[in-house]
Amino acid sequence: MHDQVVDALKGHNADYIEAHFEESESTYITYRSGRLEEVNRTSSTGGNIRALVKGGWGFVSFNYLDGLRDKVALAVREARLASGEGFKLPATEPVVDVVTQFHPDPSISSGQALNPLPSRERRMAASVSLAQKKQVLDEYNGIMLGSSKVQTSRIDYRDVKRKVIFANSEGSYIEQSKPDLTLRLTAIARENNEVQQAGLSLGSRGDFTAIEGRQEQVKEIARRAAALLSAPEAKGGEYTVIVDPILAGVFAHEAFGHLSEADFVYQNEQLHEIMTLGRRFGGKQLNIVDDATIPDLRGGYKYDDEGTPGARTYLIQEGILVGRLHSRETAAKMGEEPTGNARAISYLFPPIVRMTNTFIENGSSSFEEMLSDVKDGVYVKDWYGGQTSLEMFTFSAGEAYMIRNGKLAELLRPVVLTGNVFVTLNNIDAIGNDLSMNQGGGCGKGGQSPLPVSNGSPHIRMRHCLIGGR
Amino acid sequence: MQLAMIEQVLRFAQKVAEQAEVFWVSSQETPVHFEANKLKQVQTKESSSVALRIIKGGRVGFSAASGPQPNLSLRGIGVSRNLIDMAVETSLFGNSARFQLPSSRDYPGVSIFDPQIEKVTIEKMIELGSELIAKVRGHTPGILCDAEVTKGTSSIHIINSQGGEASYDKSFFSLGLEGVLIQDTDMLFVGDSESSCHLPDKVELVADRVIGQLELAKRKATVSTKPLPVIFTPHGVASAFLSPIALAFNGKTVLEGASPLKERLGELVFDTEFTLWDDATLNHCLGSSPCDDEGMPSERLSLIESGVVSHFFYDLQTGVLAGVRSTGSGRRASGTGQVKPAISSLVIEEGNIPFQTMVEDMREGLIVEQLIGADQGNVLGGDFGGNVLLGYKVENGKIIGRVKDTMISGNIYQVLKEHLGIGCEARWVDGVLWAPYLYCPRLSVSAR
Repeated sequence: MHDQVVDALKGHNADYIEAHFEESESTYITYRSGRLEEVNRTSSTGGNIRALVKGGWGFVSFNYLDGLRDKVALAVREARLASGEGFKLPATEPVVDVVTQFHPDPSISSGQALNPLPSRERRMAASVSLAQKKQVLDEYNGIMLGSSKVQTSRIDYRDVKRKVIFANSEGSYIEQSKPDLTLRLTAIARENNEVQQAGLSLGSRGDFTAIEGRQEQVKEIARRAAALLSAPEAKGGEYTVIVDPILAGVFAHEAFGHLSEADFVYQNEQLHEIMTLGRRFGGKQLNIVDDATIPDLRGGYKYDDEGTPGARTYLIQEGILVGRLHSRETAAKMGEEPTGNARAISYLFPPIVRMTNTFIENGSSSFEEMLSDVKDGVYVKDWYGGQTSLEMFTFSAGEAYMIRNGKLAELLRPVVLTGNVFVTLNNIDAIGNDLSMNQGGGCGKGGQSPLPVSNGSPHIRMRHCLIGGR
Repeated sequence: MQLAMIEQVLRFAQKVAEQAEVFWVSSQETPVHFEANKLKQVQTKESSSVALRIIKGGRVGFSAASGPQPNLSLRGIGVSRNLIDMAVETSLFGNSARFQLPSSRDYPGVSIFDPQIEKVTIEKMIELGSELIAKVRGHTPGILCDAEVTKGTSSIHIINSQGGEASYDKSFFSLGLEGVLIQDTDMLFVGDSESSCHLPDKVELVADRVIGQLELAKRKATVSTKPLPVIFTPHGVASAFLSPIALAFNGKTVLEGASPLKERLGELVFDTEFTLWDDATLNHCLGSSPCDDEGMPSERLSLIESGVVSHFFYDLQTGVLAGVRSTGSGRRASGTGQVKPAISSLVIEEGNIPFQTMVEDMREGLIVEQLIGADQGNVLGGDFGGNVLLGYKVENGKIIGRVKDTMISGNIYQVLKEHLGIGCEARWVDGVLWAPYLYCPRLSVSAR
């Protein structure tokens, strides 16, 4: 394989060429209507070639490896058609490596305790039988359906065993194993014509034990779905909002993280001006980080899909913009260093700038302290999802409570929060000391979804947050 | 050669299973991508996948594979099991099969292949994209445009053990532009696209529509938090209503008991002027095909007839479980995924109110072109809402400018129920929804 690829990349009239090959095996298990609906096994083999000629990219993807040299030639021809004023990728040291299991060097990893996983035996999903997987899911399903007012349930389980090979014209050749696992459980409660749901998202780097032993959490979502049926809606308007670690993590990812992706910035002068390094975005207590090097988090890896080592990158440090996320191209164009954030969900797509594990670092406030001086506010927890259009974000809470006179009050229907990220970051006036990471997410960008990422935060408090409602 | 491979898989599968079906798709797609006003990337994506579904011991087994099978070309973790072994393994746990695979071989004629599309050169596509961007920048020089011009073809072949067989080719061509205009920290997002199975006659339509958005958004306006009348443009209709409607009429959601329409078949649930159908037989539409992905003939299915819930859409399995027939709506997610009921092209019947009349009717109101975050609420319960990414304020019957920091929220079972105004002008949105303008007399609006 190595020689075949290296050979095919040689002797083309291009500034740079890279190749990706991938082999994967997936298992999907889904439950609908409260019962097992699908068990799928799929396998996939494929690859792509990406070529750069004078700033223009050509990209060819395929399932069959035969005629590799012709495929490279096609990519080069496409790149020539797209070529323009021409920029050059600064050459990098070739890397030759085989990564079977991702165990990064702890010395470059987060110094901060990221709710470290209890030391336990990892069990990769690929070595767990279908029957065992089904047994775990059956139990969770039974818990949900056995709860009062829960009419039905949904479960989406997926594990992937994936091997990827990266090679480029500079001489790099990297093999990596990138397993992934996700589980989404949804309890759906119904009464008369009202339907409400609550969900739980879990994930890991292929370790099956990450989704075992979650019975209490599953009971809790079933209880919440039922409770939402009789909950009132929030009155739309501006509130002081306390955001739980899960939703604040979504905020860090959606509202700010995407803005830090250099491909949004590098060709856009005005946005570049807004995102000038050194500009203040929040208070001194605010630190936001993207870190591919944390062990066991779904967004992590040793090398990105351009062969650049994954890194820990501060985006905001003490309230000031200090960094952004790069591919080799965006780094070259902005005169900054690559950060190892070029990722593709599969061989069907070229790598683009993506986040990895993104989080707000711990501050000093306790949850009780944050709560105590809120007279009229909303406590939002958990998430359905989030979306952003650069400056504007919306994110939705799966669970919300009124706060009155420093105390949590009634449960509300799920609420949608929206705002301008620049304003909102400045309105964060308290950051908790209880950082926790959410592994259940998946990120979508440029038609590539879902990409394994994780995000997290401690509890944070925001002033003047707009909540939609009737 | 492919046919021989498909038939071989079927033959082997029949030896181990009571029924079997092989679905094969091969496609080639060429997107030309412009970023920040410049040509950025030309791609060619070739793929071919095969999916096998068997019924063994009364249970459904499923497997799918892309690329060579079995594949041992990469050293290390080779794909060790083949399609049939994987399907047999899953059938031990699979759902019990209540359906018979169809023996259909006759299908309606639907025009979804245009041989001209394959002939369009990459150079021509680059020219089209450049012209599109130039036209929009001619109107607003400061705008940053991303554009994509894509052509593609696919071949689909389905055969099953009951004698059913279908085979067809499909082509598509699409053209889209998204622009952002930034002033200080203010960002204005505009965009439009056209997609069809045939080469479009008028590509400048996309540029004209984007220019129209830029004209209306020239000035800024503000709204305050209160209920207001709201006009949804065809884009706005897709943005707000497509997900909750598609979910509520999905036979699977209904069967699960999760659809609010579950027991309301035949009841007047929506405005009496509101008529909606799902139609896979429309010529040139991206959602069209002679048959669905299970080989059931395509049809035109009424979902809402003058406000009355008339049908839900089903695939073979959910149809049998619900005691009705398949509506030819079995579709495979991502090409070769498992079959599920899904819409083809949704068509909302036009009404008789001109857009201009709707605008003139409003003393104070909002026009919604694009929402973000609309799918994040309780979509299952019919909720929609979100931030108005592109929308305009109306005062005294005139559009006065674009709004920012504004959210709308509502529920389709209230909003589409009464006093709904339906426009006489309609268009295709993203090639999947034919939508007129919709006028809702009262909707909750929150603003900063």
